[in-house]
Amino acid sequence: MSTVIEARHLSKRAGRARLLDGVSLTVAAGEIVAIIGPNGAGKSTLLRLLSGDLRPSEGEVRLKQRDIGSYTPRELAARRAMLSQHINVTFPFTVEEIVLMGAGDRSPREAGALVDAALDEVGLAHFRERQLPTLSGGEQQRAHFARVLVQLACGEAEHGPGLLLLDEPTSSLDLRHQIDLVEAARRRAAGGTAVIAILHDLNLAIRFADRLVVLNGGKLAADGPRTEVVTHETIRDIFEIDAVVHQADGVPYVLPQSMRAAARSNAS
Amino acid sequence: MSVAIETEARRPQRHAGARRRSASFAIPLLLAVLAATAVIALTVGAAGIPLSRLPAALGFAGTTTADAMTARDQLVLWSIRIPRIAATAMVGGLLAAAGAIMQGLFRNPLADPALVGVSSGGALAAASAIVFTDSRFGETLRFLQTELLPLAAFAGSLATTAILYGISSRSGRTSIAIFLLAGVAITAITNAGIGLLVFIADDRQLRDITFWLLGSMSGATWTKAAVLAPILVIGLAACTFIARGLDLLVLGEADAFHGGVDVERLKRISIVMVSAMTGVAVSISGVIGFVGIVVPHLLRLVIGPAHRLLLPASVLLGAILMVGADTLARTIVAPAEMPIGILTAAVGAPVFLGILLRQRGLASL
Repeated sequence: MSTVIEARHLSKRAGRARLLDGVSLTVAAGEIVAIIGPNGAGKSTLLRLLSGDLRPSEGEVRLKQRDIGSYTPRELAARRAMLSQHINVTFPFTVEEIVLMGAGDRSPREAGALVDAALDEVGLAHFRERQLPTLSGGEQQRAHFARVLVQLACGEAEHGPGLLLLDEPTSSLDLRHQIDLVEAARRRAAGGTAVIAILHDLNLAIRFADRLVVLNGGKLAADGPRTEVVTHETIRDIFEIDAVVHQADGVPYVLPQSMRAAARSNAS
Repeated sequence: MSVAIETEARRPQRHAGARRRSASFAIPLLLAVLAATAVIALTVGAAGIPLSRLPAALGFAGTTTADAMTARDQLVLWSIRIPRIAATAMVGGLLAAAGAIMQGLFRNPLADPALVGVSSGGALAAASAIVFTDSRFGETLRFLQTELLPLAAFAGSLATTAILYGISSRSGRTSIAIFLLAGVAITAITNAGIGLLVFIADDRQLRDITFWLLGSMSGATWTKAAVLAPILVIGLAACTFIARGLDLLVLGEADAFHGGVDVERLKRISIVMVSAMTGVAVSISGVIGFVGIVVPHLLRLVIGPAHRLLLPASVLLGAILMVGADTLARTIVAPAEMPIGILTAAVGAPVFLGILLRQRGLASL
């Protein structure tokens, strides 16, 4: 499989604080990677570096064999799409207008089919003429996901498999729409897209991704298949909780236990 | 929180289809209304010219009947009223478009160049130019005042906009509270500067400065209209260039970048445009508030917030409102004239409060 994105020894400093420290990561076309780790581990920083939004203090990011800093914003948008957390739209754009923003300079007529498909996929076809600021947080998040899917599709039509970055895409979604989103992302991966997502729900991350990347304190703590990464020990060391890890059909399943127990076993 | 969202969601929505229909009619309709307003403005004033005499006075019909009345009408129209209406329309268009661009840039419907000190920054620079070209350099520079004032006002507006953006945005996010408060502070500083100039100005300069502070179109001439026209044309051309970027900027700077917008360049262009449009308008008309808030707000309700249409429509509706307000200003207390700034504030401030009340439910400032 061809490499879509490659990060080499990435470090990011803000003042004296090290947000990220020597992280290397390579993701191939069609691969699905979930980034997990406690708050402040550097997950969002890593994603913003991979998106080209932030520049690393040290190291480099190569997107499709080219330094990510050498792309113009427009070229970059045609090769990677990113869904952020907490987007607050102040003007009364309709859902359809927001989703159409993913289509770049294409006219509504040219992009119409893509917009329709994306709205169907996130289950918002009946809300297309509603004004976005009047929708609930989860519905807004789904609308933005549809916009990102349109951007990805437009870019992939011209440049082949791209990169899809998702920053806690399920944070405002109910259970059903969490699954829907994860499945939509997996379908993109099946079509060759490299998908990288930050997820907080461990069990969702395990179902979503074949490969888990664990960050802790700005460093890469683990990177590997889910069965290797998700163990009682890793979860205790990284999240400082005691958890029971079951296996169901060869897929790990995490059941968190008391925090105090973990603290005690750490101390001993 | 959830209760607020529920009631918002149930509020009857305009269909995007209806919006699209009104959008396609918007520009021709606004053009027609602007033409009608201009015709009314031509006929009304200290020297009334009834509609029946208008064609002759404009030189369209009956040039043989060059009687005294027609000659008088022609003088009034061509040397006073037409340049004034043209300048007023362009000032209104520039102020409204500058407001719309600024609101897009700051992602806030409450941004207005007059409200946050950009206009006063321009006025301070213009007032400085009046006082200093007069006193320091005497006659050598006074003949340059017509050219110098717009440039000074532009520089003043540019400085205030840049300072405002620098203060209120940090690492790609703009704080609305800090933006508005910084605007209050900048307005206070520029007003102090203007106060100082008023203090040291002589009587004639004082009259000129006062004109800037209240806002008036009474000094409009062909020369001033000629200064406005190129800025308006360049501004309109540039609007088509930044429209998509301003749309995406509503997602925030990071997500506009993810969507392919060169955010830094967009911000630079927008700041220069807002400053040039506001500065030049202020140098001709003085400080006129609220046009930049009211016009884009009304238009967003009808044609939606997409900037490709919003910006040119703002130019037209701004022109209509200003020509209407100016006609009112010069007839309401005829033969005297009311400063137009008073009228726009009297209408605009309540609309501003109305937007605040609506916003209160949607997003916390």
